Amino acid sequence: MDVIVLLKQVPDTETKIKIDADGKSIDTSDIKWIVNPYDEYAVEAALRLQESDGAMVTILSMGPERAVEAIRTALAMGADKGVLVDDPATEGSDALGKAKVLAAALRSMDFDLVFCGHRAVDDDENQVGIMVAELTGIPHLGMAVSIEVADGKARIERPLEGAKVTLEATMPALVTFGGAHAVWNPRYASLPGIMKAKKKPLEQKTLADLGVSPDEVGAQAAKMQVTSMGLPKERQAGRVLEGDTDEKAKELTRLLHEEAKVI
Amino acid sequence: MQYDLTEEQRMLQNMVRRLAKEKVEPGAARRDVDGEFDWEMVELMRENGLYGIDFPEIYGGSGAGMLAMAITVEELSKVDAACGLLVADHELGSLPIMLAGNEEQKQRLLPRLATGEHLAAFALTEPAAGSDVAHLRCRAVKDGDFYILNGRKNFITNGGVADIITVYAVTDPEAKGHRNAAVFVVEKGTPGFSVGKKEDKLGIRWSDTVELIFEDCRVPAENLLGQEDEGFHIMMKTLNFSRLGVAAQAVGIAAGALEHAVAYAKERESFGTPIIRHQGVGFKLAEMTMRTEAARQLVYKTCALYEPLPKDMSRISPELIRMSAMSKCLSGDVAMWVTTEAVQVFGGYGYIKEFPVERMMRDAKITQIYEGTNEIMRLIIANTL
Ligand SMILES: Cc1cc2nc3c(=O)[nH]c(=O)nc-3n(C[C@H](O)[C@H](O)[C@H](O)COP(=O)(O)OP(=O)(O)OC[C@H]3O[C@@H](n4cnc5c(N)ncnc54)[C@H](O)[C@@H]3O)c2cc1C
Repeated sequence: MDVIVLLKQVPDTETKIKIDADGKSIDTSDIKWIVNPYDEYAVEAALRLQESDGAMVTILSMGPERAVEAIRTALAMGADKGVLVDDPATEGSDALGKAKVLAAALRSMDFDLVFCGHRAVDDDENQVGIMVAELTGIPHLGMAVSIEVADGKARIERPLEGAKVTLEATMPALVTFGGAHAVWNPRYASLPGIMKAKKKPLEQKTLADLGVSPDEVGAQAAKMQVTSMGLPKERQAGRVLEGDTDEKAKELTRLLHEEAKVI
Repeated sequence: MQYDLTEEQRMLQNMVRRLAKEKVEPGAARRDVDGEFDWEMVELMRENGLYGIDFPEIYGGSGAGMLAMAITVEELSKVDAACGLLVADHELGSLPIMLAGNEEQKQRLLPRLATGEHLAAFALTEPAAGSDVAHLRCRAVKDGDFYILNGRKNFITNGGVADIITVYAVTDPEAKGHRNAAVFVVEKGTPGFSVGKKEDKLGIRWSDTVELIFEDCRVPAENLLGQEDEGFHIMMKTLNFSRLGVAAQAVGIAAGALEHAVAYAKERESFGTPIIRHQGVGFKLAEMTMRTEAARQLVYKTCALYEPLPKDMSRISPELIRMSAMSKCLSGDVAMWVTTEAVQVFGGYGYIKEFPVERMMRDAKITQIYEGTNEIMRLIIANTL
């Protein structure tokens, strides 16, 4: 069985984000990068299949040279090999552009399952996985919190409000992963894993290698544009109302109505 | 020119930092109060291959070297110094075997130590003598294919939980101090070996510190490491390496306290401004930062110098011996000073158990005492000048 995990490198969730001078992107100069946490769940799920079914796990990522570090982390967790699509022409791609590149890369690879996080914690678009499934012509099972594989089928569970739905699809299929850290408890890159990671195969590819024209991707092909980006307002100091209970209640109602406009 | 961590070392640092934050820090305060050895932490080290960092690959280790070991101990000690000690002390207990064991001993003992299936301890100190190694009394007398050990060791880290203990014992009381002893491997369960009093300590409270009792303890002769008169040299060389583990522990404690102090000083306000903006506090934090980083660089540099040394009984230069003593002494002093100042930055809140800096201040003290007190370190430094 071959499992390919689509993996994105994202800013550390603890990094202090600064908006770039262009007002449309973030300043990446002092950022610490990590593996997108949801992709980490996907890696964990794939590694469990590696243990139980001898699955071959390949990491596929698109990004600049620094994304090698994220792939190596997954290799150190136990994945077998990695592929990085690194091409300056992909810069500024929207979700569809990224999905096109990843789908093109998948075309030259063998797989029974494609795994990825249901979203990346940087742009939070929830789109790439689904688009890759569509472009590849395979079923998509969304937001899995568990996965089982048997008789050529993949079966997942997804929580609904207070309930659970079980979904099944014939392989090949694409599964996006949801849940939380406590659900998947992804393993750490162990020291022996780290020592082996550099010796595992890691291929780098360009758009030309994948037969994708630069016109189809990148900022100029994007159907969706980021028009502006802003930080949340700093929290204002609270206000204490004076007077007796009656007066305070009146004043509060007035403020909620006139200033906060919530009632 | 390379003057930086390798890619593997950076990955390890990131991994251990995260593991420490997620799995070690949450229980640190509780473990400190309980003072009970925590096997869950041992399991965590095992699962992530952190016991075999500096063990040679041919004996099942990672062969990642001293610097990788130090980075690991540092990151663990940032949140829990006793957890960092799990790794550092395991290295200490195993080093005599790595340095002086013959091929049969290494093959028999090291693989299970490298995975952490077996834990190691190192027993040198006795009630009557710690620094003054020439006056140790624990005796080993040859009897056929055995050595009979008699005596007591105290303050032995991991002594009650270890499977393998490297024990220093006098073989020839008539001989000179540096030629009168040997190091033996004592396995848990050996008849005549028992664990005595468990110490209740100021800091690193859940680390296992116990007395070991040897009463006609029959140790097979194949567990003698090196020669009968080689113990002093094995022990000295072991400590030259292992002090880097304690130094890294000290750097970690300092760095952990510093992180808390900086965060607090940015939050806490007095006289209308965050206290870090009061120059008296800001300068204190500046000084803490400088000293911590200086200690870290000395430790990393020394580890890098120790990395290519063969793990055998060949002589090491006085300069390298000095580097190791300086690393341990400076980092220990820095840890004590930085943690004390961190408590000061926290004011009254530094003194109570809701915040971790008082624990760090208590933990720091041991780094000036064990694996040779800082006075003994200064002696070594002076003697190698
Ligand atoms: C928590 C803990 C864990 C430990 N773990 C271990 C372990 O795993 N294995 C092990 O073998 N030991 C261990 N020890 C023992 C530790 O290494 C010794 O306590 C230490 O070496 C000091 O020895 P001592 O206590 O006998 O002090 P002493 O040697 O009696 O020293 C008392 C004081 O005199 C000073 N002093 C002594 N001689 C000189 C000198 N020539 N010049 C200047 N000053 C001097 C010392 O620096 C110290 O301040 C541990 C101790 C503790 C507290």
